[in-house]
Amino acid sequence: MSNATVTATPSASSFANWRQYIPYLGFVLIFVFFSATLFNKGFLDPNNLLNILRQTAMISIMTVGMTYVLAAGEIDLSIGMVAGLASLVVAVGMDWYGPIVGVLAGVAVGCIVGLINGVLTTRVGIPSFLTTLAMMGIARGTAMWMTQTKSVPILDDAYIWTFGGGSLGPVPVLVIWTIAVAVVGHVVLRRTIFGRRVLATGGSETAARYSGVDTRAIKMRVLIISSVLAALAGMLYAGRLHSGRFQLGEGDELSVIAAAVLGGTSLFGGTGSVVGSIVGSLMIGVINNGLLLMGLEYSQQLIARGAIIIVAVAISQSRKQ
Amino acid sequence: MQTTNAEAPQRPIAVRLTGVSKHFGGVRALDDVNLEVFGGEIHALLGENGAGKSTILKVLNGVYAPTAGTIEVNGAPLNEHTPDAAKRAGIGMIFQEMSLVPTLSVAQNIFLNNEMKDSLGLIDDASAAKRARTLFATLGVDIDPLALVGDLSAGQRQLTEIVKAISRNVKILILDEPTTALSGGEVEKLFTFLRRLKSEGVAILYVSHRMDEIIRIADRATILRDGHHVITAPMSALTLDKIIEYIVGRRSRGFSDVARINAIRGAPLLELRGVSGPRRPRSIDLTVYAGEVVGIAGLLGSGRSALARVLFGIDPKISGEILIKGAPVEIANPRDAIAHGLALVPEDRLRQGLVLEHSVEVNSSISILERLSNWIFVSPARAEAAADRQIEALRIKTSSRDAPARTLSGGNQQKVVIAKWLNTEPDVFILDEPTGGVDIGSKAEIITLVRDLAARGKAILVISSELSELLTVADRIIVMADGRIASETARSEFDDPVPGDDVGEQLQYAERQLSTLLQKAHTHV
Repeated sequence: MSNATVTATPSASSFANWRQYIPYLGFVLIFVFFSATLFNKGFLDPNNLLNILRQTAMISIMTVGMTYVLAAGEIDLSIGMVAGLASLVVAVGMDWYGPIVGVLAGVAVGCIVGLINGVLTTRVGIPSFLTTLAMMGIARGTAMWMTQTKSVPILDDAYIWTFGGGSLGPVPVLVIWTIAVAVVGHVVLRRTIFGRRVLATGGSETAARYSGVDTRAIKMRVLIISSVLAALAGMLYAGRLHSGRFQLGEGDELSVIAAAVLGGTSLFGGTGSVVGSIVGSLMIGVINNGLLLMGLEYSQQLIARGAIIIVAVAISQSRKQ
Repeated sequence: MQTTNAEAPQRPIAVRLTGVSKHFGGVRALDDVNLEVFGGEIHALLGENGAGKSTILKVLNGVYAPTAGTIEVNGAPLNEHTPDAAKRAGIGMIFQEMSLVPTLSVAQNIFLNNEMKDSLGLIDDASAAKRARTLFATLGVDIDPLALVGDLSAGQRQLTEIVKAISRNVKILILDEPTTALSGGEVEKLFTFLRRLKSEGVAILYVSHRMDEIIRIADRATILRDGHHVITAPMSALTLDKIIEYIVGRRSRGFSDVARINAIRGAPLLELRGVSGPRRPRSIDLTVYAGEVVGIAGLLGSGRSALARVLFGIDPKISGEILIKGAPVEIANPRDAIAHGLALVPEDRLRQGLVLEHSVEVNSSISILERLSNWIFVSPARAEAAADRQIEALRIKTSSRDAPARTLSGGNQQKVVIAKWLNTEPDVFILDEPTGGVDIGSKAEIITLVRDLAARGKAILVISSELSELLTVADRIIVMADGRIASETARSEFDDPVPGDDVGEQLQYAERQLSTLLQKAHTHV
C-alpha cells in the first residue's frame, strides 16, 4: 500500500509528471500575487479566507461532477440551471411537506435531469453539448414557471444549518460538504473500477468498448452524477441564502468548466483530477475575491476574470501539445 | 476440397462456427460460413478486404451478434453475443484499430476492465505495474509499464496490446494484422511467442495480408471470398499462388500481372541535397527523374514517412537543400509544397486524405476550387465535369460522383485521393503506403495507375512496407534505416540472374533479395 500511493498517480509517466503540478503552481502564484498586492486590504484575514471557501463550495462540488463528465469525454452545460431549479424545489417541497421531503425532492431533481440528459445522449445519440444546452433552458424555464419567478423563503433552522450556515467549531459546514464530495470523488475516480472506466471511456471510447466496458452506461452515470451534484450545490445555495431562487447558480457552468480545465482536466476526455478541480475552483474563488477587494467595479471584474481564465487555460492547454 | 488434417481428430476443437451468417440491411457480410480452430494450432484467416474476415472476428469477439448460425467454444455453445461473454469464454482479441486508451498507462491498459484490487476493493495500480513488468520480462519486451500509452511508438503499442490479451488467460487468441506496426525483430519475438502459446494448447486465429508471414507461422488456413467460405486446408497443401487464386477467385490480378515498363529517365524533377528533419530523416541525398518511380523501403521508424513530411513542409527542414526542376525551393508548409508542384498521398487516407461523408466530387475537387469557380461561386457544372473526368480516367468504381467516399472500397478511396492531387497537376507525387489496407485486386490497379503517372512524365516516390509492391512499382529502390539512406539499388538488380518461367516465383526471388537487403540495413544501425 505504501508503494501504491506513490505510483497510483494517473499519468504516471515520469516525463509527464512535472506537468501535473502546473495547476497547483498557478494557484500559488495567484494566491501570492493577491496576498502581496492586497496585504493591507484584509485578503489574508482568516475570515476572508473562510469566506472564499464558503463562496467556492458550490462551484467546487459542481466541478467534481464536471470532472467526471469531462473525463468521460462529455460535457454538461445544464448544471447551473439545475442548481437553481433544485434550490426552488427544495424550498417548495419543504414548505409543503417538511425538510426531509424537500431534500429528497431536491436530489430527485438531479437524478431526473441527469437521467434525461443521459438517455438523450447515450440512447438517442444527441451530443451531450446539445442535450445539456437544451436542458439548460428547460430547467431554467421550469424553475421560473414554478413560482412565477418569485423566490421561496426557507425557515427551517436545521436545514439552514446543514446546508449552508452551520459550522463545526471553526469549520463551516459548506467546507465539510466540499471536502466530503472531493474525497469520495477523488477515491472513486482514482481507485475504483468505475473511475477507471470513466477515464478509459473518455480516453478512447472504441478501446474501452472493445475492452468490454459498457461506455453508454458509464456516460449515463457521469451525467447523473453531475446533475445530482449540481442539485446538491443548489440546495447549498438555498441553505446559505435562506431561500430558493431560480437565479441561483446562473452562469456557474462556465466557472465550473473553467475550474476543471484550470485543474488539469482535458476538455477532450481521458484525463481528470478531482484534486486539481478543487484547486481550480479555489483559484476562481480567489480571483473573484481578490478582484472584489481591489475595488474593481462589477463590469471590470467580469473583464479581468475572463482575461485571467483565458490566460490560465491557455497555459494549461499548451502543456498538452 | 476437404479438410485434410490427419491430426485433427485428436485435437480438441477450441472454437467452431457453424453456418454463421451476418447481414447488415441487405448486405450479406457473411453467408453460411463454417470455421473450426483447434487448440494448439495457428489458423490463418485469409481474404480480400470485404471478404468477411473482420465480420467473423467481430462475431467471435461478441461485437456483432450473428444473424444465423451457432458458435461453440470448447464444445459449449456461446449464446450471449457481447464482448463480456466472449471474454468469459476465453476469447481474446488484438484489434486492428488498436484497443488501447492513450491517456492511461501501459499497466492500466493491460488490466483495463480486469483491474487488480487491494484488500479494500480499490484498484491496486502498483501490483498491476509489477505484474505487467513480469509479463514484459517473460516476453523479452522492453516497455515501461508506467509509461502513458499515448507516448509509446506504434510498435510498442501493438506489443502492449498483445500482452494485454495474453494477460487475460486467453484460450483463443485472435490476431488481426498484428505485425503491421512491428519491426523485423519484433515480428520474430512475436512469432516465437505465438509458437510457445501454441505449444501450450492455445488456439490462434491469425489474420494478415502478408502472405510471407502466413506461410511461416500458420498451420492451416481458411480462405473467405465475398462473405463465403472458399476452402480450409493445411498450409502444406497451399502455395502462395494457390492462396492468391483462392482469395482473388478466377479474376487473377496479382502483382505479377502488372507489366513493368522500364522508365525513360527525363530531367531531374526533385533533388535532395543533405536534407535533414528534426530527428529524421538525416542528410538525405536523392534525385528523382521525370518518368521514374523510386520506391522507399524501410522498417517502421526508419524515417520513410518523416522524409515525406519534410518534403511536404509538414515537418520543418533543419538543414540541406531541396531543388525542384533544378531550382532551389523553400518549403515551409504544405501550401508551398503544392505551389511547387508536389503532391502527397498520405499514409492515413481516411483521416488525412478524405472527408468520408463528402461525395467523390467534393473530395476530388477540394484541391482546385479556385479553378472551378466564377468569382466566389463554385461552378457546379465544372466541378461535376472535373469529377466525371477523373472517375473515368482513374476507373474509380462508384455508383456516382455524388456517392459519399465512405461507400467506396479502400482501393477506390485511394484513387479519389490520387484524383484530388492529379487535379492540381503536380510534377512530383509522394505516395505513402498507397495500398495500405487495400485488397489485392485494387492493389494491382493502383500500381498500374502509379506507373501510368510515371509514363506521363511525373517523378514519383512510393513509400511502402510491402516489398512485393515496391518491386512491382519501382524503377529504383532506396532502403532507409535510422533516418539515412542505407542503399540504393536499381530494380533490375533484384532479378534472378537465371529467371524461371513463373512470374510469381521471380517476384518472390526479388522479394527475398530486397528483404535481405532490408534486414542487413537494419542490423548495421
